[in-house]
Amino acid sequence: MFFGKGTYSSQLILRIPFLITVNTLKIENLQASIEDKAILHGLSLEIPKGEVHAIMGPNGSGKSTLAKVLSGHPDYEVTGGTATLDDENILGLEPDEISRLGLFLAFQYPMEVPGVTIANFIRAARNARLPKGEKVKAVDFYKELYEHMDELGMDRKFTSRSLNDGFSGGEKKRCEILQMSMLSPKYCILDETDSGLDIDALRVVSQGVNRMRNPERGILVITHYQRLLEYIVPDYVHVMSEGKIVRTGGKELALELEERGYDWIKQEAVA
Amino acid sequence: MINPSQVEVDRDKGNFHYDTDYSFDAGVGLSEDVIRYISDVKKEDPWVLDFRLKALKTFEKKPMPTHWATDDLKNINFDVIRYYLAKGQTPSRTWDEVPDDIKNTFERLGIPEQERKFLAGVEAQFDSEAAYSRMKEDLEKEGVIFVGSTEGLKEYPEIFRKWFGKVIPTSDNKFSALNSAVFSGGSFIYIPPGVKLAQPLQAYFRINAENFGQFERTLIIADEGSEVMYMEGCTAPKFETSTLHSAVVELVALKGAKIQYVTVQNWSNNVFNLVTKRALAEEEAEVRWIDCNIGSRLTMKYPGVILRGKKARGEVVSIALANDGQHQDTGAKMVHAADETTSNVVSKSISIGEGRSSYRGLVQMPGHLKGCKNNTECDALLINNNSQTDTYPAITVQGDANSVQHEASVSKVSAEQIFYMQQRGLGEAEAMSLCVNGFVNDLIREFPMEYSVELKRLIDLEMEGSVG
Repeated sequence: MFFGKGTYSSQLILRIPFLITVNTLKIENLQASIEDKAILHGLSLEIPKGEVHAIMGPNGSGKSTLAKVLSGHPDYEVTGGTATLDDENILGLEPDEISRLGLFLAFQYPMEVPGVTIANFIRAARNARLPKGEKVKAVDFYKELYEHMDELGMDRKFTSRSLNDGFSGGEKKRCEILQMSMLSPKYCILDETDSGLDIDALRVVSQGVNRMRNPERGILVITHYQRLLEYIVPDYVHVMSEGKIVRTGGKELALELEERGYDWIKQEAVA
Repeated sequence: MINPSQVEVDRDKGNFHYDTDYSFDAGVGLSEDVIRYISDVKKEDPWVLDFRLKALKTFEKKPMPTHWATDDLKNINFDVIRYYLAKGQTPSRTWDEVPDDIKNTFERLGIPEQERKFLAGVEAQFDSEAAYSRMKEDLEKEGVIFVGSTEGLKEYPEIFRKWFGKVIPTSDNKFSALNSAVFSGGSFIYIPPGVKLAQPLQAYFRINAENFGQFERTLIIADEGSEVMYMEGCTAPKFETSTLHSAVVELVALKGAKIQYVTVQNWSNNVFNLVTKRALAEEEAEVRWIDCNIGSRLTMKYPGVILRGKKARGEVVSIALANDGQHQDTGAKMVHAADETTSNVVSKSISIGEGRSSYRGLVQMPGHLKGCKNNTECDALLINNNSQTDTYPAITVQGDANSVQHEASVSKVSAEQIFYMQQRGLGEAEAMSLCVNGFVNDLIREFPMEYSVELKRLIDLEMEGSVG
């Protein structure tokens, strides 16, 4: 169902048998519920490093649930299926363990953490990845931080502002991308990053994400609207409905959805 | 008990005499004999003995304030408390007997080796004589007096007697009466007019068992235009055999003077810490109480300022942390007694486990005054489901030319905040710590730097046990 496109040589590397699940974020038949209500009904998906995948789907299809389950949100219960990151199981792990294995989630609604500055927060997150006792060197850290902030068009004064406290929607999303850039994850999940953004912010945030595209990184973009995918052009588009992936295609699929709406997919899925 | 065979009784005078080496102590329990013993050992002038004896009577008459304060007070047994410990008499224990968690805290806070034994109650004295005498020389050049209560009353009565017991009268409450009867140790400080001290004065310099004892009496007089910061306490847990700590602190800020009084309290969890602290602020004077309460079983402390002179200013900055088995009952009292006086109270409390923190705030502005302002903010953070907090504001504002503002909030660290931080790789405990530190961050910055670093570490330590 899956390896439809991509260059021949990358497929060759990925098909060496004993390495099949390394270098991918692989989800098989995932079932999950919240408060006894089943949301994911056997979802299968694979995000290899070097590729950008998009998931689109109507409200209630379980897109955000997928993001939360993969990052270990305590409210959700996994009732079946598997999920591995570079061959390591991530189901049932603490969110911080999954994070340190290399997964980053850019939240749809980033939390405000009053009294904790952006700089200190990112520094703490970086320190959490170092061996015990080691700390990030301040000078190098700030140099890197300012570089990324400049690229994202964030005022350097933001470093001493409380994390997301009183930020506009655009500022919060930029802050998510800043954190993502500073933490260099192996796999990124962007949960409706475009919601609440104006055209300028959308462009800047998308550029930030595109700068992170490289052969060592897999990216999953969850979105409602096709517009984001004009800025972050995906290799594959998946459509989700009622807790499963019901269709996969190239970037043109997004345009088709835009024209025909989600009902078309639902009808085809039922048939 | 006092050994009768070593006591000479002069029946004519009605006084007791003792062997000069004072090799025995006053024992446990409170009585007139104990008071006379204390006064005698200190070679006090008759008026001081008189003051003490009257205070004892007041103490005995006053009931325990359980009609408004916690019933836990009933657990204080006055009969088994030692009210005076002479030098060299401190009950001590061996290092082996010191509980592991205390040893661990010393380690984590990076307390210097030589201080640990003192703090743990293994040694009676902390040798800081060298640092202290050097500082004393510098102070003497400026005319600053920095002595203990005994010396203060004996050698400088003309300075201290005038204000002693005036800011906090003996009868103010049962525990100020107790302190007035058995006080010992503490600091008596006088700053001459116009002298602005660049370095803070620290109680730590004068530590020995007596000064770090249970019934300290402190009196600070800042003469016109002078400035002083005084620091007491430490973040390291202080082992205390006695279960009652009842200090009295009186501050007098004369015209244009500024006093900052910084306290960090981390008594062990068996101590009742019942303190009366009050300041008088004259015209254009300023008094700031900067207070952090982390230890003790029960702390009751309401630093106050009586704003007696026009444009005087009073401020209380308070951080309280209550963990299992602890009750921090703190607050502030601002009594406006002159026009255009201002007061500000910021109180932040954290309740962990089954800890309870209470805020009691008194603000008084009578109708004949004008142009007075008060601002009070009290915020509570609850960490666990059983954590508790209460707020009891008592605001009396009259007339139409004054203003009072009161804001209160109670919050919990939300699970979503913790999840967000965990998703970035921080462990659950670390995420909690970050939130808690963020909550008190702006207040921690009010503390001198040597405390603020330690305070953060101490809060982290307290948080560790709280998660999961």
